[in-house]
Amino acid sequence: MGEITLNLLLLQTIAGVALGAIFVLLAIGLSLIFGMLGVVNFAHGAFFMLGAYAGVYFYGLTGNFWFSLLLVPLTVGAVGLAVERVLVRPLYGRGLDYPLLLTFGLSYVLVEAIRIQFGVEGYQMGTPAALRGAVDIGIGHFPTYRLFLIGATAAIVLALWLFIEKTRFGLIIRAGAQDPEIVRILGIDIGRVWLLVFALGIAIAGLSGILAAPTRAVTPEMGIPVLVESFVVTVVGGMGSLAGAVVAGLLVGIVYSLTSLFAPEMAEMSIFVLMALVLLVRPQGLFGRTGVFG
Amino acid sequence: MSTTRISLSRRKVLLGAAAAATSPFWFNIARAQGAPIRIGFPVPLTGPFSSDAQDQVRAAEVAVKEFNDGGGFRGRMAELLVRDDKLNAGEAATRTLELVEKDKVNFVVGSLSAAVQLSVNSVTKERKIIYNSISQSDAINEVKDWSPYTFHEALNPHITAGAVGRYAFKRFGKRVAFLTADYAFGHEMVRGFQRAGKEFGVETLADVRHPLGAADYSAFLPRIQALKPDILFFCNFGRDLLNSVKQATEFGLKSNTKFVAPVLLYSARSAGGPEPFEGVIGGTSFYWRMEDTVPSAKAFNDKFRKAHGGAVPSDYGALGYGGVRTVLEAVRIAGSTDSDKVSLAMRQLKYDYYKGPQYYRGCDHQSVQSILIIESKSKNMKDKNDVFDIVASEPPDEKYLRSCAELGHKA
Amino acid sequence: MRDAVDYISRHRVAAVVLFLIAFPWLMPYEALAINILIFGLFAVGFNLLFGYTGMLSFGHAAFLGSGSYFAGMAVVHGSWPWYAAIAAGTLGATAIGLLMGLLAIRARGIYFSMVTLALAQCVYYIFYQADRWTGGENGLRGVKVSAIKLFGVELNFVDPLTKYYIVLAFVALALWFVSRVLASPFGAVIETVRENERRSAACGYDVARTKLVVFVLSAAICGLAGTLRALHLSVVPIDSLHYLTSGHAVMMCLLGGMGTFFGPFVGAAVFLYLEDVVTTWTKHWMLVVGTVFIVFVLFFPRGIWGSILHWVRRGDA
Repeated sequence: MGEITLNLLLLQTIAGVALGAIFVLLAIGLSLIFGMLGVVNFAHGAFFMLGAYAGVYFYGLTGNFWFSLLLVPLTVGAVGLAVERVLVRPLYGRGLDYPLLLTFGLSYVLVEAIRIQFGVEGYQMGTPAALRGAVDIGIGHFPTYRLFLIGATAAIVLALWLFIEKTRFGLIIRAGAQDPEIVRILGIDIGRVWLLVFALGIAIAGLSGILAAPTRAVTPEMGIPVLVESFVVTVVGGMGSLAGAVVAGLLVGIVYSLTSLFAPEMAEMSIFVLMALVLLVRPQGLFGRTGVFG
Repeated sequence: MSTTRISLSRRKVLLGAAAAATSPFWFNIARAQGAPIRIGFPVPLTGPFSSDAQDQVRAAEVAVKEFNDGGGFRGRMAELLVRDDKLNAGEAATRTLELVEKDKVNFVVGSLSAAVQLSVNSVTKERKIIYNSISQSDAINEVKDWSPYTFHEALNPHITAGAVGRYAFKRFGKRVAFLTADYAFGHEMVRGFQRAGKEFGVETLADVRHPLGAADYSAFLPRIQALKPDILFFCNFGRDLLNSVKQATEFGLKSNTKFVAPVLLYSARSAGGPEPFEGVIGGTSFYWRMEDTVPSAKAFNDKFRKAHGGAVPSDYGALGYGGVRTVLEAVRIAGSTDSDKVSLAMRQLKYDYYKGPQYYRGCDHQSVQSILIIESKSKNMKDKNDVFDIVASEPPDEKYLRSCAELGHKA
Repeated sequence: MRDAVDYISRHRVAAVVLFLIAFPWLMPYEALAINILIFGLFAVGFNLLFGYTGMLSFGHAAFLGSGSYFAGMAVVHGSWPWYAAIAAGTLGATAIGLLMGLLAIRARGIYFSMVTLALAQCVYYIFYQADRWTGGENGLRGVKVSAIKLFGVELNFVDPLTKYYIVLAFVALALWFVSRVLASPFGAVIETVRENERRSAACGYDVARTKLVVFVLSAAICGLAGTLRALHLSVVPIDSLHYLTSGHAVMMCLLGGMGTFFGPFVGAAVFLYLEDVVTTWTKHWMLVVGTVFIVFVLFFPRGIWGSILHWVRRGDA
């Protein structure tokens, strides 16, 4: 078994935080879309995958990681715009299940489309030169890129929070999540708000895809397990809650990482056990309530 | 009762419709003399190993063509019925049922995952159809799954890990760690390594299990990093291997530790490129550069190149060729397509079709064959296919297999 | 036309069974027809919960899979006769359904779906890790049933057509049972729960208990389908328990028509037959399935059978 030193525990926890960072971003997107539109987006993992592929494509094209980091959420977000307009909008008012089912079918289409366009083998995205290698963080060596990942996620979450709390559009979003009727009465086109929120959620999913790409293989199926994991995180945090997404994302990442240390075969199951436990004690999730960003 | 009132005309329509739909009973007519020898070939044409599967098909086609060009068997030509098992055991069972019940195949050869081959075998053995498995599994040799109609052309984890382990322990050290995919193949590899390691006094520092198909290995690597082993064995396969090697490199493990994998897949290396696999050692049943020293390999490679535009066969591709050719040769020798007679002929076969001398061990029908130890290379590559150096090989020898008794077979 | 449809609706089980008796002659090979029977039953069981009660579960693979595994283990490890194995499988799945139901019922909406997913994945991992009994990732092999003795007659289970009719006998029984449940007063209560839970409770019905009973019945039906699958394939693949299999149940129900008796069966038949046919033309089956699914969600939410019924009955008030 080897010794479990404090150093190792700390290192493992930090690995968990880096893992959790991707969960946080995905859960934020899912929560935004559910909290605002009431749509359970089963294609979220597919958009994550799309972002990773877009990242490989742009990085290969421009050779500049930072530029690609900017382009990916824009392009994937644009796809999100189209999807909301054409496919999701007709289903509003029909009940919770229909958009869910639609996005379910959409995920199949997206995965196969990528297979057709890019092949089944998948790609390896090289880590950008500036972020390569490992850093001695005192308790051991940790890959530089994963530290960057933690930092990038923190920055994105902060930016999002500022946007929601401090801007006018953010105010509309918060209001619309609480009471769409009133917002409509006040003369704001709630449909347009929904369109933009959906696209924003999708864009964040795409961004998390390119951020994750250097840490794993970019394959058409990469979004499938990620989807289930993101749902676990979102539900544990409470669907529709930004704070919940952040807390739950980090929690799930750390639980997974620490379980891997003590009982690695149980690692995947541990997050489901966590979810089952949370839901039994608090069926609406840790921070769950009907509004956004509680 | 409504059933008795079906008129004669409606019954005719029903019969006509049944005949028009490909009713299974039609094919009995085809069982006359001169009927083709049908070989069912379920392989994962869709999914992450589709390129390996397609190579298996290409090589199998070479074997079939060779047989047919040589006159077939008493004028009967061989026919390959390729099916997609989608790397899924349930799908494979259905496909095998289709091949046996609808297409009335004489033999089955395939496929690519352990779970799938065991599933195919479960269906074929109950119907006394010979099945020659062309991918790795320890379980298929064990008495629980085995049958007199089950053959195993491919290597198994025990042999592979043993050979690679013996090579590695001699050269790189005694303190070892394992990063193991949590499924039968992974566990079997670890067991094989530990068995081989006993005679070298090897010390297992850790056996870290990861979920099969895990994308992110960061949760599993800090512990290994802390232990600083001499050798890190990656007991996983294909894409998992590629991912874990890449991430282990990122964690800086390569500086103190030798990376060894039991199976270095040609397609994974070709797709992954030279960088991730730099300096990694592994095992394989076949690598095309064997043609430099083994004449039958050159003969096979040339046939493959001729049929497929200069391409060379991969490791799993060669197994496709061997798996089909042994069955067809046995048909010729037995003078029949009857399963019992062909099984006996295969068991007595001593052959050298593509990689040197081979034969099937009597108790479990495991093909006793050589194993190559290869090292991935990035410099001095003569062409894009020259991805490995053959650093050693172990000759075919039953002593490297688990004993018949251990597998549960009576003497 | 409408009279014929009404007559058939009142004798729906007999009509379905008659059709299924002729069914193998329409399919290219019996193994496919048997798969359709099995997944049709699976979808019907799932639909009891989803279409009729309005509860979307992502964990139904747990019942199909555990039914398969318990039946398989009875044969492989216990050498039990076939009928005992089927009973064991169905009971085992029902027990798991009861356990899962007790835990999941308290949650509503998407949370209910997620709890079922989580619990089903726990079941998956438990079976995966218990590889001495289940074979782990390799699956359980050797579920061999060659001869079935029934009333002194020995039937060859390996013969495909015989196997089909034996499986059909069980499926017919299960369909009859489901039909009886739906036609009973309890069946009406189920639908009130779907329409409006609060109002149903206000009318005095024990909503939680109703939900639990439906959940368990649904599990039992799916478990039976699982036992038949184990005997049919002679293996139990580990992905019988995986959430992707649960996803198939959802797709088949939508395709065929949720909330109709025969719809899920139609959905299963169309799905599996299309898959068999389309995969011979193209590798890109997933694209076809996904697109068809999207089209149905947008334009034919009633599904194939639901749309047919609606079209035939459209003159009614």
